[in-house]
Amino acid sequence: MNIYSVISQNKWRTWLIMALFVVFITTIAYVYGKADGSGLLFAGIALVLAGITSIGSYYYSDQLVVATTGAQQIQKKDNPELFRIVENLAIGDGLPMPKIYIMDDPSPNAFATGRDPKRGIVCVTTGLLQRLNKVELEGVIAHELSHVKDYDTRLMAIVAILVGFIAIFADIFMRSLWFGGERRNNDRDNQAQTIFLIIGIVLAILSPIIATLIQLAVSRKREFLADASGALLTRYPEGLASALEKISSDPRPLRKASNATAHLFITNPFKGKSGGAWFASLFDTHPPVEERIKILRSM
Amino acid sequence: MSLTIILVAIIVIALLYIWLTYNSLITSKVRVSEALSEIDVQLKRRTDLIPNLVETVKGYAKHEKQVFEDVTKARTGIMNAKTAGEKAQANNALTQTLKSLFAVAENYPTLRASENFQQLQEELSDTENKIAYSRQFYNTNVMDYNTKLQVFPTVTYAQMFNFKPAEFFAATEEEKQAVKVSF
Repeated sequence: MNIYSVISQNKWRTWLIMALFVVFITTIAYVYGKADGSGLLFAGIALVLAGITSIGSYYYSDQLVVATTGAQQIQKKDNPELFRIVENLAIGDGLPMPKIYIMDDPSPNAFATGRDPKRGIVCVTTGLLQRLNKVELEGVIAHELSHVKDYDTRLMAIVAILVGFIAIFADIFMRSLWFGGERRNNDRDNQAQTIFLIIGIVLAILSPIIATLIQLAVSRKREFLADASGALLTRYPEGLASALEKISSDPRPLRKASNATAHLFITNPFKGKSGGAWFASLFDTHPPVEERIKILRSM
Repeated sequence: MSLTIILVAIIVIALLYIWLTYNSLITSKVRVSEALSEIDVQLKRRTDLIPNLVETVKGYAKHEKQVFEDVTKARTGIMNAKTAGEKAQANNALTQTLKSLFAVAENYPTLRASENFQQLQEELSDTENKIAYSRQFYNTNVMDYNTKLQVFPTVTYAQMFNFKPAEFFAATEEEKQAVKVSF
């Protein structure tokens, strides 16, 4: 598998996820409409809204992701050393110079986003800059640039926003079932509605799990791939290996990370703790760091 | 009758194959020349720094004429180089002469302490890093292109369309050792 097939696969998956999102939301709306007795109108509205959300997220998900992390863009004069590292590695990868963002957080971590390499964004935390030396930082940046080059960033940003949307949607759905369950009692097809109600509840419970599974599918393998192509770029796998060691040994979780954005980061930002909701702890968005380090060291 | 159909089918498949591989060869070739122009940008940056550097050193070490001449000559060498091989060679020559220039500078503590000189030195080493990275990108593309040219059956018609293997941008021996890591 070469880089160009990875890119086309990522582009294809992006469209797939966007389409699945629309189908998923519309299906839930359909079921909800049946349970609620309001019929197809509800599904129609959901179809339009989900379509707009899906297309909108294609264009704006990267900016939204950066906004949720609260990172600030920097210029060359703010941190010439970091700027030069990114500049050099971008030249080595044949990429246009990405924008650099810094996130004020003592927990060392990094992520990349952007719809395509021309709009690439690389973001590191202040904790990362403090703890890593130059070769380690190069390893991390090379890993992030590989995500940009492979169009992983497009796919992952869209997943972050659409999955986040599903989580919110599921929440609203559960609540409205809770509070709106009184007024349907005297309808003649009471039985059918009860069935739909049950399906609706099952879907509401399932949706965050499906969302989490999507995150897993898009994240785990590509971390290995980005590690490998990053090491190929710096010609020094040990840099990234020791950076990963330092990052994972730091116990502090990242404050601004959420379930929707966890898979974007170079290692799991929650540091093994639950990311808030109960289902997040059931799955891991990242392959074990020990395994990644072992593979890097055997290169 | 059936023989002609088979023949026509073979010719159509062969033409389709040539059409597809021809396009991919062109893409690779364009990538190679784009990568080379990135090296040019960095080489230009390096040659632009030289006059300033020479002037600065001259201010402290007037009588080291030979070194200045060598550096200036090597700089002109880069500007006149046409092919990737020539450029690599000229760039390596400049690296060598710059080494003697910095060796000379070692003898002048006031020069070494000068802020201007330090800044130039830093920019120069940054540019050298950038040349190294753009060379890496270029050579990766050259390897990709040359491999495509040499595989069968592309190799049989590539010459017909006048595709020639691209030249690598060779590093100096020392640089090669510096980048070498065990994979």
